[in-house]
Parts: sequence; C-alpha cells; structure tokens
Amino acid sequence: MSTETALFWIFAAILLAAAFRVITARNPVHAVLFLVLAFFSTSCLWMLLRAEFLAIALVLVYVGAVMVLFLFVVMMLDINIDRVRQGFWRHFPLAALVGVIIALQLWAVLSHGRWQTIEAPAANAAYGSNIAALGVLTFTEYAYPLQIAGVILLVAMIAAIALTLRGRKDSKHQDPAQQVLVKRADRVRMVSMPSDAQARQDARRA
Amino acid sequence: MVSLSWYLGVGALLFALSVLGIFLNRRNLIVLLMAIELMLLAVNINFVAFSHYLGDLNGQVFVFFILTVAAAEAAIGLAILVVLFRNLDTVAVDQLDTLKG
Repeated sequence: MSTETALFWIFAAILLAAAFRVITARNPVHAVLFLVLAFFSTSCLWMLLRAEFLAIALVLVYVGAVMVLFLFVVMMLDINIDRVRQGFWRHFPLAALVGVIIALQLWAVLSHGRWQTIEAPAANAAYGSNIAALGVLTFTEYAYPLQIAGVILLVAMIAAIALTLRGRKDSKHQDPAQQVLVKRADRVRMVSMPSDAQARQDARRA
Repeated sequence: MVSLSWYLGVGALLFALSVLGIFLNRRNLIVLLMAIELMLLAVNINFVAFSHYLGDLNGQVFVFFILTVAAAEAAIGLAILVVLFRNLDTVAVDQLDTLKG
C-alpha cells in the first residue's frame, strides 16, 4: 500500500466520522467544530487529487469565514437543546433506510461505469501548476461567469446586512427623510400677545 | 493508487450521511443548514475527483462557483435565522407555523 493510498483511507475515515458526529452531536457548537474537521479532511483529500487551489480556498473560505459565521450564530442564539432533541431517534429507522438506499444507488451507478478503469494521470505535466491553469481558465473562458459570481456575493452581502440591520435606539443620528418631511408647524409656534407699546407709554406718564 | 470509484464512494457516503442528518435533526434549523453544507461538499468531492481523473480542469472551475454560491447561501440563511430568532425566540422548525402551512 503506497503512502497516497494510506493517506486517502485516513482522511476519508476522518471525514466520514466527522460528518457522522456533525449530524448526531448534542451540542450545536460541537457540530460546528466537527464540520470544520470534515472540511479540513476534505481539503486534504483534494490535495491528494492535486486540486491545490480549491483545497486552500476551502480552508480559507469555509473554515475561515463560513464556519466562523456559523459558530457566531450558534453562540449568539440561545437554543433549547432538550426541546430540539425531543424525538431525535424516532425517525432513525426510516432515515437509515433512505440513507442506505441513496448510498447503494449512487454506489451502483458509480462503481460500474467505464471510469472504473480510468488511470490517474501521472504528473499532470500537461498543465503544470494547478493555480496557473485554473487562473487562465477562469479569466478567459469563465470571465463572464466570474463577474456574475461577484455580483451574487455582493447581493448576498447586501441582503444579509439589510436583513439583520437594526437601528440603534440610543445613538443620536439624523434621519434625512424626517428632515425633508418637516412642516412649519413643527418648528415655529405663533403666539398672539398684546403689543407692549401701550404699556410703556402708561409707565412714562405716571 | 486509489481508483476514482473510491472517491465517488466517499462522496456517496457523505451525501447519504447528510440525508440521514436532515431526517434526524428536523427540529434544529442550524444543523439542517450544516447538513446542506455537507451535501454540497459531497457533490464537490465528486466534481474534483472526476476533474482529476479525466484531466479536465472545467470541473474544478465549477467547484469554485459552487463554493461561491454556497457561501452566499450560508450567509443569507444565517441572517434569516437571526431575524427569525429575534422575532420568535426559537429556531425549532415545528414552531414556525405563522403561515399555517
């Protein structure tokens, strides 16, 4: 057994064990941490597949950003674990049946195709560095989809901010809409009172 | 050498595990989102494995775009979750019955 095969088995075993713990962990924080482990093992598997850029991107984007976001939200929300775990194992037989059937179906299709005999390309000397080749492909053939992906990220960012933005009550700030809508009556009050000229004349005469 | 079908098998098992997770955690919205992330990961493993064994880099570009969309989806999903919790004080799926569905 070569080193690469051994590494594949180790990483695959860790990945599946971590995935199992993600779906069965009692504490959501533990689930997030096992999800991080699953992403890490996947990244190692992708390294074995010579997809270096995607492996690093998975760690940076997922472990670095998305999982931290998950962790933040899990810690921010006060989840009643006992309520959520009620009847957890009730649907397990059905779920296990569906899961086994899905796995068997995928396995049946995937293990008898012609790719069973495909040999791994030896060194990929044809396209050299994975990152350079991906970069060329991304900025020529996929330049337009890349722009759309950027727009999708922008829209997601604006949507997330707009959803969760809440005006602070205790900060002093100006609301331009209210300023434009102001009426004269809100600012100036006309008071009717007698002129004091008459009173001054009476005082001088006295 | 590890053959392609072993990688596909890992992807299949991961996908089946996440389906199991959706069944088991049907009350907990956060773990449901995590199970969806695991499903996307299983699909991405298949993409990368095929891309490597067929020597076709287009699969890896596709994974790149899937990662982008998945990150956007996670961000919006979590934002909705936060708003939901702020309004209802719970993320249990069976209590989200405002629409009487």
